Amino acid sequence: MNAREGLRLAFGQIRAQKLKSFFSVVGVIIGVMFLITVVSVIEGMNKYIEEDFANAVFGINTLTLRRTPSIDVNSNPDIWRAYQRRPRLRVADADAVRRGLTVDARVGLLSSSGGARLSASDGTEIENVELVAVSAEMFRIRNLKIVDGRIFTPPEDRAGLPVMVLGSEAAEKLFGILDPIGRTVRVNRVPFQVIGVLEKRGSLFGISMDNYAVAPIRSAMGRFTAPHGMVDEIAVRVEDARDMTRAQYDIEETMRVRRGLRPAEENNFAIDTAEASLSFWTRISRILLVAFPALVAIALVVGGIVIMNIMLVSVAERTHEIGVRKAVGARRSDIHMQVLFESTILSGLGAAIGIGIGVALAQLVRAISPLPAAIAPVWMITSVVMGMGVGVLAGLYPAARAAQLDPVVALRAE
Amino acid sequence: MSEKTAIIRTENLVKDYQLGAETVHALRGVNLVVDRNEYVAIMGPSGSGKSTFMNLIGCLDTPSGGEYWLNGQPVSKLSDNELAHIRNREIGFVFQTFNLLPRATALHNVELPLIYGGVPARERRRRSAEMLERVGLGDRMEHRPSELSGGQRQRVAIARALINNPALLLADEPTGNLDSQTSAEIMAVFDQLYRDGQTIVLVTHEHDIAQHAHRTVTLRDGVIGSDVRRQEPALV
Repeated sequence: MNAREGLRLAFGQIRAQKLKSFFSVVGVIIGVMFLITVVSVIEGMNKYIEEDFANAVFGINTLTLRRTPSIDVNSNPDIWRAYQRRPRLRVADADAVRRGLTVDARVGLLSSSGGARLSASDGTEIENVELVAVSAEMFRIRNLKIVDGRIFTPPEDRAGLPVMVLGSEAAEKLFGILDPIGRTVRVNRVPFQVIGVLEKRGSLFGISMDNYAVAPIRSAMGRFTAPHGMVDEIAVRVEDARDMTRAQYDIEETMRVRRGLRPAEENNFAIDTAEASLSFWTRISRILLVAFPALVAIALVVGGIVIMNIMLVSVAERTHEIGVRKAVGARRSDIHMQVLFESTILSGLGAAIGIGIGVALAQLVRAISPLPAAIAPVWMITSVVMGMGVGVLAGLYPAARAAQLDPVVALRAE
Repeated sequence: MSEKTAIIRTENLVKDYQLGAETVHALRGVNLVVDRNEYVAIMGPSGSGKSTFMNLIGCLDTPSGGEYWLNGQPVSKLSDNELAHIRNREIGFVFQTFNLLPRATALHNVELPLIYGGVPARERRRRSAEMLERVGLGDRMEHRPSELSGGQRQRVAIARALINNPALLLADEPTGNLDSQTSAEIMAVFDQLYRDGQTIVLVTHEHDIAQHAHRTVTLRDGVIGSDVRRQEPALV
């Protein structure tokens, strides 16, 4: 008997007893379902954080010079106090950094402060808007895209013109269905003219990333977000990813010289990259991706034992059939293959069903909670392989039992 | 007769069973030669070793001692897999209880030996359909055993037994579950097969069934008690 016949037989057997087949693989279905759901959410967060969040906050190939690191899991109060004593960055530092760079890069400035109130000329007011003051280069550095109108130009920025680009949520709340372009928005009674609306970025952990207003750093917005002449961030985006280390070295050198730091003294500024700041998340997700499959493996072992039991019962029920097959020439290996194929396919189908439910659950999680979810093809293949592996292991003993049956005894069974 | 034409040749065939602490001597040395195109009935009361002997000559079991040549091949020392191959190629079984697969169609039941013989699907189907036509079930190919009468089921079993053109057709009480009318029909099939040159060994305890054969071997207490040949088998 060749493998194709074995497959046909196994499928026939599973089809003939659909309900029993289904119940025998419930353990595998549940195990794989949880694996796929959890992994989808973890992968979703990974993808979100690495692609969307990291790029939105830090930008691709971008070094961010700040007074303190933007993400720091360190909670030591002494270090925290030391951070507070550090001098602020100055707008003039940006020019020095630009001159000090030995690689192709853009330099942008950004200051921000949260919780401001914006008002439209018809009296509509919105609260808790994040104010962002940037130089024109920042749109390119952060990859911020316009859906309506335009961004401001370097000349507008240098002249400090009162023009404003709104985040999609802020624009919608202020103007609803009206076209915001050309309308006036006041911040602390200072009027700005809306020239553009930014692309929707969505939310992270339930917090909107679209409720903000952007204006030139040399306009009044600069004063609203940082003390005069000061800036929160100087962002440097290199043209070529390979220049990142070189650029970091250049920035560090420029700043140490400007701050007059001696060789033994530590930097009193921070240079962030997306990669470095996200290492904490990478660590967490790696732990989750090891721990969860281990838990699921336990579920699969239980599922495997269930399949083995069902297969043992199934072999006992089919003793007579096995006798008939042997009488007409089935070898031990034929019977062995038939049982093994059946348990393997059964378990593989269970894994496939588990994947289906798992994907659906992950989509549900994404729909009703702030957690993102992404399809993880590698894990689907892994699940099917694990499921079939369980089927093989669970089928070995029942298959051996069936293959060893004495045809005379088996034919007598009824 | 020369050894070459012998389909069955046993030499001092012995089979012992362990029944708890006791050893049961089911066969105590059976010497039998069945030539090509013989029609032999094996009779004997229960406990005579009839079933044991049938299992041995059917290669379902191996002897404790002695030798057995089937169609010239020594088979008493063969491995499990080799015996399976012999059963597949050289022997066609017909059982009292038909032993068909209940969920499979008549066609699939007849195909079964060909599946284990590694015959390609298309050829399998063609040969099985032909064989079912031969036993008069051309219009019942897609029926399951439960949809067939006892006589029809036994015809399916006969078709399955003959599908590999075996050297030996071995029937164990083939009419035991059939009424007399149907029994006569089934025996007519066997008689026709014999006339076509098939070697048949028929295990039975019914004298009128044994009458169809031209030779009756009677087992008693694990040895051959009598071996009677008729000049002309009484064909019905």
